[in-house]
Parts: sequence; structure tokens; C-alpha cells
Amino acid sequence: MIEFKLPSLGADMDRGKLLEWKAKPGDVVKRGQVVAVVDTSKAAVEVEIWQEGTMFEQLVPIGETVPVGTVLATLLAPGETPEQAALQKRAAPAARAAPRPAAAPAAVPVAAAAPTAATLAQRKPVSPAARQRARELNVDVEKIAGSGPHGAVTIEDVQKAAAAVQVAAAPAPTDRYAEMRKAIAAAMSRSKREIPHYYLSETIPMQRAAEWLARENEKRPVTERILMGALQLKAVALALAKTPELNGFWLNGAFQPATGVHIGVAISIRQGGLIPPAIHDVDKKSLPELMRALSDLVSRVRAGSLRSSEMSDPTITVTNLGETGVEAVFGVIYPPQVALVGFGRMDTRPWSENGELLAAPLVTASLSADHRASDGIRGARFLAALRERLQHPEEL
Amino acid sequence: MNDTEIKTRVIAIIKSIAPEVEEGELQADRPLRDQIDLDSMDWLNVLVALHEKLHVDIPEADYGKLVTLDNLVGYLREKVAQRAA
Repeated sequence: MIEFKLPSLGADMDRGKLLEWKAKPGDVVKRGQVVAVVDTSKAAVEVEIWQEGTMFEQLVPIGETVPVGTVLATLLAPGETPEQAALQKRAAPAARAAPRPAAAPAAVPVAAAAPTAATLAQRKPVSPAARQRARELNVDVEKIAGSGPHGAVTIEDVQKAAAAVQVAAAPAPTDRYAEMRKAIAAAMSRSKREIPHYYLSETIPMQRAAEWLARENEKRPVTERILMGALQLKAVALALAKTPELNGFWLNGAFQPATGVHIGVAISIRQGGLIPPAIHDVDKKSLPELMRALSDLVSRVRAGSLRSSEMSDPTITVTNLGETGVEAVFGVIYPPQVALVGFGRMDTRPWSENGELLAAPLVTASLSADHRASDGIRGARFLAALRERLQHPEEL
Repeated sequence: MNDTEIKTRVIAIIKSIAPEVEEGELQADRPLRDQIDLDSMDWLNVLVALHEKLHVDIPEADYGKLVTLDNLVGYLREKVAQRAA
């Protein structure tokens, strides 16, 4: 029997509301097929399944909000009969319980997680009474900021932390915007609390890229035109080849490099807020392919039809705030990712090249990176590679 | 096609991309992208829609001439007339 669980569709998601089933009991489903639509408070996301099987029992009714990790449905593995599945179910009745206590909200400050070596090495001063209260309320004292003498954790701190968990786990209110704001708040707070960010920036001359792109677009009908944003994404993907420690995840106290370059593209939503869904294998896509993927992604963000694989697996994020006219952006990393690249506005400014002063289109690229996973010198190397890539647009 | 017809088409296309736009609040002689939140992808989508609905192709080199709604309507009028001729 296969369990189809609600996946986490981004660091800022701890629960989802089932909107629709895309397969009914008895349907045979393939790997990668969309089987359900789930509302994450940011968007309606089409959730894919990654195993083959036959839809058996759908355990969560449409309209219900459940935590990440909840079994939404069971499927029969190829060759398995309903009788075998029923037997297996009897043997493991726990599999059916919907809201599992183990599926603690990932984005909540005091969410239970394995204590890291660092936190164990320097245990906090916690009064025995506070420790006792924490056990009763199921709160991890090591994760609480103490307000007592020498940073000691008090009973009051424990109670506040427990209240915060309850607020976060409360049922979804109807105000979608407020919900999204809360989800972004949780992810960004977690990022700033856990990730020691370092920031670098580099001014990149864009004359060659801009001229090349203008010539290229002259040949193309309006439906196939390429935006500078697509060039920048491709350049980021290729520049990552030499600094793999910027592309991946920080999980359980260690860096895990990603196997592909899946760039999360921060796309703003007209009604407010933003979603950073992924474009897969950016390094392997041609510019026209990348442009189609980008255009498709933007229209689906706006129409609210994203797929689960796009939400859950970006390996790095790129944000472009140049459109709003800022010179540079220093972003906040989306955990568990370890880096974010920002592009500011491209405009003509003074620039010197080979001892000559000229007016050239420039863009400021920035890198926010997780110091646990990489050091500044490696980040600098990445920005240098990015600048170099953008000087050879014909190779992108 | 007269200016009023072209303007109606253009506004319908803009509203399909930026639904929050109120026609009455648009100042036709002021820069369009200062009044509406259109990023480069939105703008490209406006041009693609104009291409599909009015059958005109707008080269990138002409973007600079298309700052206001009035500019855009005048430009399209000429293009449509050229195509008819």
C-alpha cells in the first residue's frame, strides 16, 4: 500500500486545504501525474504523485485543512489487491490518523527538531520549573530565547513559546492575504533566526548583453522575444557550476548539494505577496526554452495553477527588483536553501574600462548566502563568474 | 479602426493582465507604466496580445515611442492603417 501524503510546498507552508481530487478511486496513476489540488494560502497548487499505483481510498474530504505530512489517500502498488491493502491497514492503523503530531509546522519557531551539535554543546540556563513546564507543553527549551538573568529561560518564556505554536497551528482564517503574510512572516523569521547571512555585491557591465539581446530580438516575432531576466537566470545557473556550495540545502546541521539547478524565481502576486516557484534544470535549458518556462510560470502564478514539484524544490532563488527601480536588492534566503541572488535596475551610469571613462548600462548583482554552507571568498568567486558569463551572452 | 475603438481594445488587453486597473483613473497623456504596475513580462504580454488581436508587430526598437496610452493608440492607428493599405 502506498501512502500519498501532503508534501511541504515551500518553507513557509505548514498545512494545506484540499480543493480537488484529480484522480478517483480505481484510477491508475503514473509517476509525475497531478492527483490533487491543494490551497497553500499563497496559491492553488497541483500536487503530483511520485509513485505508480491505483487510487484506493481517499482519506481527506474536499475542503478540509490538514498539516503537511498527513496521508491524503492510499494507493495500491502495482500488483497489490485491495484485500492485501486492507490487511496491511489493519496491521498499521496509525497510518490513517489524519493530523499527525509528528508533522510539526516546519516554519514555527519552537517546532520540534533534532537539537544540533552547537545547541547541545552550550546548553542554556533553564530553571527546573521551566524545563518541567516545557515538557508538559511539548516545547523545546533549547529553541527559546531566554529573558531571565544570563539569558535563562523562564516559565513565562516557555508559555509564550507554546502560545506561539498554538497560534500558528490554528485553523486557516478566511482572509487569504493575511494568511499569506503570516506564511511569509514565518519563513522569513526562521531564515533570519537560523541563517547567518553574508552579503556581497558586484556591478556588472551589461553593454554586450544588451546589444546582443537587441539584435537577437530584432529577428524574433513578438511572441518569441527574450527578456533580460531570462539571460540573467541562465547566467546564474551556469555560474553556479564552480560554486556548488551555493546550490542546495542546509538540512540537519549539514549542507546537501543539489543534483540539479532548479531556480526559484520570486514572482509577485498582483494582490500582494510573492511566490518563488522553481524553473527546473535552468543550466540545461536554451534561452528560448527558459523564456517559455518563465512566461508560463508567471502566467500560472497569476492564474493560481502551480504544480507541487515547482513549489517544493527550488535549490536557489533569484529575485529581480530592478523593475521597481531600485539599484540593488539584498534578499533574505528561503530556508532550507543557502543562497539568493538579487538583480537591481539596469541603467546607464559612468563606467571605466581599459582606462577610459564611458557611459554604459550597468546592473548591480548581489548574493545573500548562508555562512554555514559557504564562505565569502566562494561567494565572491560566484559573482565574478556571473559577471563573466554576462560578458558572453552568445554562449548563454 | 478609429482611436476610440483602438483605445477600447488596448484597455481591455491591459485589464486582462492587470485586472485592478480602473479605466477612469488612467491618464492617457501620462506615462502608462507609472500608473499601472506592469513589469517587463506584463508589458511583453500586452504586446503579444496586441499582436494577436490587432495583427500588428511592434519591434523592440519602438518601445521608447510607446510611453503613454495616447502614444500607443496613435502608433497602433498608423500600423493598422499601413496594414490595410
